[in-house]
Amino acid sequence: MPILEIDHLQKAYGDTHILHDINISIDEGDFLVLVGPSGCGKSTLLNCIAGLEPITGGDIQIAGRNVTGVSPKDRDIAMVFQSYALYPTMTVAKNITFGMKVRGVDKATQERKLAEVSRQLQIEPLLNRKPGQLSGGQRQRVAMGRALVRDPKLFLFDEPLSNLDAKLRVSMRTEIKKLHQDLNASIVYVTHDQIEAMTLATKIVVMKGGVIQQIGTPAEIYNRPANMFVADFMGSPAMNLIPARVRVEDGQTRIEIERDGDAPLVITDPVARDLPADIVLGVRPEDIHEATGNAHLPGTAHGAGGDVMIEIVEPAGADTFAVTHLGGKAVTARLRAESAIRARQPFPLAFDLSKVSYFSPKDGERLN
Amino acid sequence: MTSNTALRWGLYGILILFALFYLMPLFVMLTTSLKSLEEIRTGSLLSLPREITFAPWAEAWSTACAGTQCEGLRPFFWNSVLMAVPAVMISTIIGALNGYVFAQWKFRGANLFFAAILFGCFIPFQVVLLPMAQMLGLMGLAGTIPGLIFVHVIYGLGFTTLFFRNYYVTIPQELVRAAKVDGAGFFRIFWSIFLPISLPIITVSVIWQFTQIWNDFLFGVSFSGAGSQPVTVALNNIVNSTTGVKAYNVDMAAAIIAALPTLLVYVVAGKYFIRGLTAGSVKG
Repeated sequence: MPILEIDHLQKAYGDTHILHDINISIDEGDFLVLVGPSGCGKSTLLNCIAGLEPITGGDIQIAGRNVTGVSPKDRDIAMVFQSYALYPTMTVAKNITFGMKVRGVDKATQERKLAEVSRQLQIEPLLNRKPGQLSGGQRQRVAMGRALVRDPKLFLFDEPLSNLDAKLRVSMRTEIKKLHQDLNASIVYVTHDQIEAMTLATKIVVMKGGVIQQIGTPAEIYNRPANMFVADFMGSPAMNLIPARVRVEDGQTRIEIERDGDAPLVITDPVARDLPADIVLGVRPEDIHEATGNAHLPGTAHGAGGDVMIEIVEPAGADTFAVTHLGGKAVTARLRAESAIRARQPFPLAFDLSKVSYFSPKDGERLN
Repeated sequence: MTSNTALRWGLYGILILFALFYLMPLFVMLTTSLKSLEEIRTGSLLSLPREITFAPWAEAWSTACAGTQCEGLRPFFWNSVLMAVPAVMISTIIGALNGYVFAQWKFRGANLFFAAILFGCFIPFQVVLLPMAQMLGLMGLAGTIPGLIFVHVIYGLGFTTLFFRNYYVTIPQELVRAAKVDGAGFFRIFWSIFLPISLPIITVSVIWQFTQIWNDFLFGVSFSGAGSQPVTVALNNIVNSTTGVKAYNVDMAAAIIAALPTLLVYVVAGKYFIRGLTAGSVKG
């Protein structure tokens, strides 16, 4: 039985449609991440799941129960907010037990759960402080404690890490992941940070303009993006999207890419593919390699003209990023740190065509 | 350096001059209230009393005649307390609830409602006198203290609602949402989360309302009966009902007594007043 099932959900403010026909289903223990640029409707969707925003159409089921018209307090959910939303006049302990107090849970149980959760989150020394005396990371922990103590069917996280500094964000991310594994909790998590989405999720929903672009595991989303938006949004540096022309010859697919000041670059995909004449070739930076003389990578550029002019070289410690120009677009390759590549010199590059994506330039949809 | 110092001294000089000028009426009132009538007749207005007497204060409090009633300000002072305290409390509580709704529980047409309530702040007192008199008559409250309380609550709501709404609007909506998910309802959230952070704005509302209601004369004179006149009306009557010699010292003492409670409220809670008025304007 799915723990959360969203069925043809619609949300509109008057004539303005915020969410279009949303269908999502997750199982118990899933970590679902809603990701997209700001204004894509991901937070609105989360608020709809929480019951904080009424929906215009469709159904929401939590643990098999239709909660579409049910108020937030009766949905068996707990939520962590972007601003933490701690009650400013209450101590940390009171913040965490407030929900139980409101629901008439007896004192002994409250104490026991408070002790349990504060040990789990290592906030025992903070219990008598007010939120104003806590750092951002500590507030974050308290906000999570307030959710954990409720032991709900579904946890909702609304960009919980976006107010933390970069270093703390990474460590809290790991902690959230660990918490998820330890508790086997079912979580819906909203973020605009694609790295957060990739690292945390068991399932990702990529959204844009109130429409779901793709649902899948992190690997599916990363390796087989459904369209050019997803390809561009997920991954850093972003996937290279290079306009190209296609010709099928001798059971192979020849792909021609315009080059500045030289004949087009021709690479060969050994599989005959049913592609239109004009395509957009999507290739991740790490799938562009240094073409060594005897390598037989599937997409090694042909002949003497296989070199491309390197414009910029950016050493980044573990990797070296090289930027060149192909098909009128800047193309980034992620190479080994010890690569001998130099700026303003031609260099042979090879494309791993087993991992590329082909997109239609008309509607941006995936073709292979 | 020297020109700077001179400038500074000049500035202080001017400020002190203005302060003296501003304090002059209070000074005259205080000294006059402590002089005997004889001394007032013979001495100068600005001179200190040669012999301090509290008799005028005693007379103003308990024996001065307001019209035909010669019991001093005392009964009217209590009328004012009985009127102002409930009126201040009721208008502050309702204003807090109104502000809470307008800031955090927006409903369709909320802005229009809020504008209408704001408009209430700008209606001149005189306009409502006749309809209000009729209204009080219909409710059976004409000439009573509850009637006065009712009028002051209605008239104060515009301001108290505005105060609380502007204060609560700075509180992030996520706080209400968190409490909703935690299971708290409308009143629980108000009581447990909003009221505890409201001390500065409650102070503003109380000071404002108390000053307005205590000092009001027009409603007091229009809607009170023989036994329900507030202190401001009685003060007017005392000052106007002298026979023969005008007892300036008693008048002054009565005026100071009538003004004391508002003064006291400012002294006790004044620093919160400024803090509350500016709260929310800076990110805190």
